[in-house]
Amino acid sequence: MSGDSQAIDRLTNQEYKYGFVTDIEQETLPPGLDEDVIRLISAKKREPDFLLQWRLKAYRHWCKLYKERGEPHWAHVNYAPIDYQSIVYYAAPKKPPAYQSLNEVDPKLLETYDKLGIPLEEQKRLAGVAVDAVFDSVSVATTFKETLAEAGVIFCSFSEAVQQYPELVRQYLGTVVPYTDNFFAALNSAVFSDGSFVYIPKGVRCPMELSTYFRINAAMTGQFERTLIIADEGSYVSYLEGCTAPMRDENQLHAAVVELIALDNAEIKYSTVQNWYPGDEEGKGGIYNFVTKRGACRGVNSRISWTQVETGSAITWKYPSCILQGDNSVGEFYSVALTNNYQQADTGTKMIHLGKNTRSTIISKGISAGHGQNAYRGLVRIMPGAAGARNYSQCDSLLIGDQCGAHTFPYIDVRNATARMEHEASTSRIGEDQLFYCQQRGISTEDAVSMIVNGFCKEVFRNLPMEFAVEARQLLEVSLEGSVG
Amino acid sequence: MTETTAINDFYRTTFEQCGQEGFLDQPEAVRQMRHSAMDRFVQLGFPTTRMEAWRNTSVEPVAALEFHLPVEASPIDPRTIEPFSLRDSFQAMVAGGRLVPDQLPHDGLPQGVVIRGLADALKRIPEQVLPHLGRYADFNEQAFVALNTAFLSDGVFIQVPEGTLLKQPIHVIYLSTHATALVNHNSQLPIITHPRTLVVAGDNSRLTVIEHYVSLSGGTRLTEANGGLTFTNAVTEITAGAGSIVDYVRVQQESDDAAHIATVQTHQESDSQVGMHTITIGGKLVRNDVNTILAGEGAEVAMNGLYLVKGRQHVDNHTRIDHAAPNCTSTENYRGIMDDRGHGIFNGRIVVHPKAQKTNATQSNRNMMLSDTAMVNTDPQLEIYADDVKCTHGSTVGQIDEETMFYFLSRGIDRETARRLLIHGFTQEIISRIEADSVRMSVDKLVSQWLPDGQDSINVS
Repeated sequence: MSGDSQAIDRLTNQEYKYGFVTDIEQETLPPGLDEDVIRLISAKKREPDFLLQWRLKAYRHWCKLYKERGEPHWAHVNYAPIDYQSIVYYAAPKKPPAYQSLNEVDPKLLETYDKLGIPLEEQKRLAGVAVDAVFDSVSVATTFKETLAEAGVIFCSFSEAVQQYPELVRQYLGTVVPYTDNFFAALNSAVFSDGSFVYIPKGVRCPMELSTYFRINAAMTGQFERTLIIADEGSYVSYLEGCTAPMRDENQLHAAVVELIALDNAEIKYSTVQNWYPGDEEGKGGIYNFVTKRGACRGVNSRISWTQVETGSAITWKYPSCILQGDNSVGEFYSVALTNNYQQADTGTKMIHLGKNTRSTIISKGISAGHGQNAYRGLVRIMPGAAGARNYSQCDSLLIGDQCGAHTFPYIDVRNATARMEHEASTSRIGEDQLFYCQQRGISTEDAVSMIVNGFCKEVFRNLPMEFAVEARQLLEVSLEGSVG
Repeated sequence: MTETTAINDFYRTTFEQCGQEGFLDQPEAVRQMRHSAMDRFVQLGFPTTRMEAWRNTSVEPVAALEFHLPVEASPIDPRTIEPFSLRDSFQAMVAGGRLVPDQLPHDGLPQGVVIRGLADALKRIPEQVLPHLGRYADFNEQAFVALNTAFLSDGVFIQVPEGTLLKQPIHVIYLSTHATALVNHNSQLPIITHPRTLVVAGDNSRLTVIEHYVSLSGGTRLTEANGGLTFTNAVTEITAGAGSIVDYVRVQQESDDAAHIATVQTHQESDSQVGMHTITIGGKLVRNDVNTILAGEGAEVAMNGLYLVKGRQHVDNHTRIDHAAPNCTSTENYRGIMDDRGHGIFNGRIVVHPKAQKTNATQSNRNMMLSDTAMVNTDPQLEIYADDVKCTHGSTVGQIDEETMFYFLSRGIDRETARRLLIHGFTQEIISRIEADSVRMSVDKLVSQWLPDGQDSINVS
């Protein structure tokens, strides 16, 4: 195995193929947070008064939380305290491109892009290169917008929605994740900069997968993103967030909030691929990804499905949840979380069963390599009214190397005698016999590991939209490079 | 906050007053330990539901009351404890936290086997007790262990020397209600006892220990608010030497208004095999912390538990298995039945330390819900820092399976009988793992009595 271990060393020592770029921002507020900053953000965005008041309430609640308890510390993660006064809470979304052409971009980064099979123009956008006229964001976005408008789908940036559909925003904002929900949700509610807004009218099946990937005009929405998706009765939407390529990003703390609302017979499918900067191999730097994501199945027979592939960020701390309110509603959670080097992940889901015959499925796959710490933390709560509720959870962990950790913390709370709930979890490492079998057939250790890992994650990838699934597979390969043990 | 402080002050005052009565003649080391434990308790205070380990259990009912230490237990009529006795066993009894000397076994103990009161042992054979007492149950982290340690005065000390196999089980009965308060001999006051048990199993020894916590019916149990409540705050430490085989059974069937908080901490040397069975039937507010550390290579533990919860009982089981050495095996099985407005909790944590390669750990928790007003929380947790491990856990919540029921009905067995059989059958996986026949049968009898329309035995003929 000495040849392998050399290969391992070589690969383990590979650096993240991308670094931070800091440039001078225009129209930026000085760092710090107080009520004036919030008023200013709100004013700059010409927001109606109700939103400003809401932000202020959220801010006051956050201050109270901060004073009384500080940040929450229950998650299985360690990080240095965050200085909230050193964060810039408002930066104008328009930024000059960092580079003039792809030639200036770190060739290693481009190599990664190639491995992931990202088109050239996409690469430019991701790396922060000025996009040329052919791939003009406005024109692309307009084409999509026309198709969507025909179907009656509203898909725009959050700021735009506040201006154009204030009633919808007012009706639904904060109804799934109230600003009192948690520390980071309160902070987000106070200072959120932008995000996406989706409304699918009654009976409409959204004609295409909605994706932030091509929603160029609303990209760079910053660290406090807010997404609100409403699927009206009988509608369907599939929403894709993030992208498989390492994103250029300057913010260390990301505290986003996503709210989904599914009314009668509606279905929302929300897929995430997150590949932010995970920090260097000594664990320095990297993004803190503290996200609150929650969907409410308000109507009967509604369905919300979360699929996530989390490979980036120094710390991932998120629990996409479903509140199964309507009778016969269904919640699903499929997750692959990978931690390499010194990455830490504490992720999972919450399934709150309120309605009769509600069903939920949780499939979580955690992969730890290097010094990574990977925890699944999930809650399944079956309330007294949820007669006939059903839950199935499966959480598997794969360990690669003897320095990493894999943890499982499910919380199960059942208050109805007709409910059935099953939870299973297993933890193991890649079997030597499996590796041996592959090597015997001339497959390199690295390829064998990637093959086994992909097999391990198959159940989750199957739930990703087609093109995402292919990329996610490649992404896993890239992220796992150097961790074969 | 002020209330809590007041209660802490109350215990502090009680602590300072109890220079007499059973605390005299303690070795200096014990006195020091008790003082640091008291200081630590005052710092920690009673746990609150804001703490992760206590999020499902509020100890408010016991934290808000002033529980008094009991005075000398009144003489015990042997007939009252007859029903609890176990044939073919060495029996010891602790009443109101004190050992009852005339109930100690005298004859037939193999040479070197020690079963005696902890206070007595501390006085006469401190060199055998002190190396172990307080070494395993950590009072720095756990408030109730600190409180127990602060008021440590008596209990039971069991020691089986190297290579000795003890066939008969050792049966220790703990009576919680048979005492009156230290203050004015007032039987109306809520009473706290801090029984302490220390089991030292020498290398290659073998023994079975049963701790049996009971309330005497018709004792001082009162229905008045705050009056006559009992609070048992028990701590048991077990150390299993290399190659030893220890089967430890804990049966708790105190009255349904009792508060019972227990910590069992086991320390296992290499190749030791320990069975820990926790059977909870009684008590209103119950918390069991059952932990073991697999400190030596090749150690094995089978941790089993059964909690039968009805009425308004609240039973919280927390277990922790620390795999601190390579090649250790742990098998954990907990089953619960919840009826009426009962609330059952299982929280099992398996921690595999970085050096504990080749660990094999399985954990399973299954729950049966018999009523819509009952509640169950199950949190099976794995924390793994080594890679060459096989760890699985699973938990389920369900009810009596309709198909199985149909099978019974189709064979002419009525619904009630079938239901009883199914519930009884559900408990067997735990009960059948108890090694000693007499113990297993007596536990099974207790469980049968608990069953709906409980009869001593169920006859289908």
